[in-house]
Amino acid sequence: MDTVLFIVFAVIAVVCAFNVVLQKHPIASALSLIGVMGSLAVLYLLLGAEFIAMTQIIVYSGAVMVLFVLVIMLLNAGAEKPSGKSWFAQIAGLPLLLGFVGLMGFLIRGSVVPWTGAVRFGSWAGGTAQNIGRLLFTQYLLPFEVVSILILIAILGAVVLGQRELD
Amino acid sequence: MNFFVVSLIKIVIVFGVLMTTLAYLQWIERKVLAHIQVRTGPLRVGPHGLMQPLADVFKLLTKEDLFPPQVNRLVYLLAPFLAVCLALISISIIPFGPEINIFGVRTYMQISDLNVGVLFALAVSALSVYAVALAGWSSNNKYSLIGGLRGSAQLISYELPLTLAVAAPLLLANHLSFRAISNSQSGYYLGFIPRWNIFQMPFPQIFGFIIFMIAAFAETNRLPFDLPEAENELVAGFHTEYSSMKFACFFMSEYANMITISCIATLLFLGGWHPLFPAPYSNYIPSILLVLAAILLFYRAVLPARVRDRRTFPVFGIAALILAVVFAIPILQIVLIPVFWFASKVGIFLFTYIWVRGTLPRFRYDQLMHFAWTFLFPFALLNLLLTALFVALF
Repeated sequence: MDTVLFIVFAVIAVVCAFNVVLQKHPIASALSLIGVMGSLAVLYLLLGAEFIAMTQIIVYSGAVMVLFVLVIMLLNAGAEKPSGKSWFAQIAGLPLLLGFVGLMGFLIRGSVVPWTGAVRFGSWAGGTAQNIGRLLFTQYLLPFEVVSILILIAILGAVVLGQRELD
Repeated sequence: MNFFVVSLIKIVIVFGVLMTTLAYLQWIERKVLAHIQVRTGPLRVGPHGLMQPLADVFKLLTKEDLFPPQVNRLVYLLAPFLAVCLALISISIIPFGPEINIFGVRTYMQISDLNVGVLFALAVSALSVYAVALAGWSSNNKYSLIGGLRGSAQLISYELPLTLAVAAPLLLANHLSFRAISNSQSGYYLGFIPRWNIFQMPFPQIFGFIIFMIAAFAETNRLPFDLPEAENELVAGFHTEYSSMKFACFFMSEYANMITISCIATLLFLGGWHPLFPAPYSNYIPSILLVLAAILLFYRAVLPARVRDRRTFPVFGIAALILAVVFAIPILQIVLIPVFWFASKVGIFLFTYIWVRGTLPRFRYDQLMHFAWTFLFPFALLNLLLTALFVALF
């Protein structure tokens, strides 16, 4: 059951990811990206990370992508017209892609990322909100606070930029 | 296997009840609005217009399904589908009562209990912005687009106070599953004050409840916050270009959202299925209320306001008496009493929706945004901070 769900949603995620790039219309690309986010959330859920899955939907599908869609709607961006392709992309595109895929394969298969054993669906139970909260306030307290300050600075920056626009 | 069969039965029951409530909520809304405005409301189809929802469904199904030529076909069809799916999906995590035992099968009165249930509800409500935004955009109509933009801006703005208001009772309950939150509100202070979150020590969530209610009105696009479909300026807003069943999808989703958010309010603030009075008394309340209703109906049948009431009211009175007897049977009480208390709290919330619609005028758009960001949001934040402080201190 888990494997079937995994295959279905992995295929949806990959197809949607390709669709983001291939679609001509920005709204269609944005909708495909929402599809990617949603199917990733299901994959997290299959791995037992309920909290991350829900946060993925709330933050990415619910907040970030809504903003994207709103901006596209406000600007009323039409279908993209093919411009003259750059010579760099034509020459170096395929070799760079192959190199990148090879590097990723090496990093995942190789010794850079330590091997932690095979992943089994539903065998892990540390993904609840309680566990994550406890970790955030003990082991990862400093990174958590640093990220909070970073976000606060970003909010202040947004306010300052918005004020300048009004004046 | 047993799990699948039990789940399937529960889904069928919940879906059937939800759909019936949806249809009759609309009848109740028309009736209550009519009586607020000193009219009688639907009266032609069936006794007291009780068959009106059925007639409406037939009307919507048989209407011509117009397909405007200028729309973005895929997104145009996706939007109502999304609206109705997202509206119906949240009901699956709502618990209607405690664990029960039917024919040896122990099960919860809930389709599925997620341990991140509250987050799931918030996620689904966050996604429902898309239905409004995409419907407005894909219709290729200026009124629809403005309605869609307004709708998405409103939904995003009011999601903040809503989420902050939801977070405060979570601090008191210390859990994210709806069933655990409801269970944390059982019991009574001094033997008679229920430990619902609006009375819960150390910081009663009355302000949180009010903030939640206001934000919930905005989240469901109901008056006084129905600016996405303000008919005097935007024709019908984001669903101007939709007809027949596609329009019915938006209509259904609005009422389903109302029911779901009322259920969530009941679970988070009003103690879920836990009764207002301690156990031995609370079991007789439904029967007593139904007998009183029956007496009132018989009295009105003797002195009818309309000729037809002489025949219809006794029938309703007898039905109420039969229900009163059913509620008094001890075996059925285990199932019916929690459902009665849950349904009555949800019902009061839904009645408030209709009452407010009949009473308040619509906001202006800048007032709406101003209210959300400069009043509701800071108060919700303050409420959350105070709750956290009190929970940490005591």
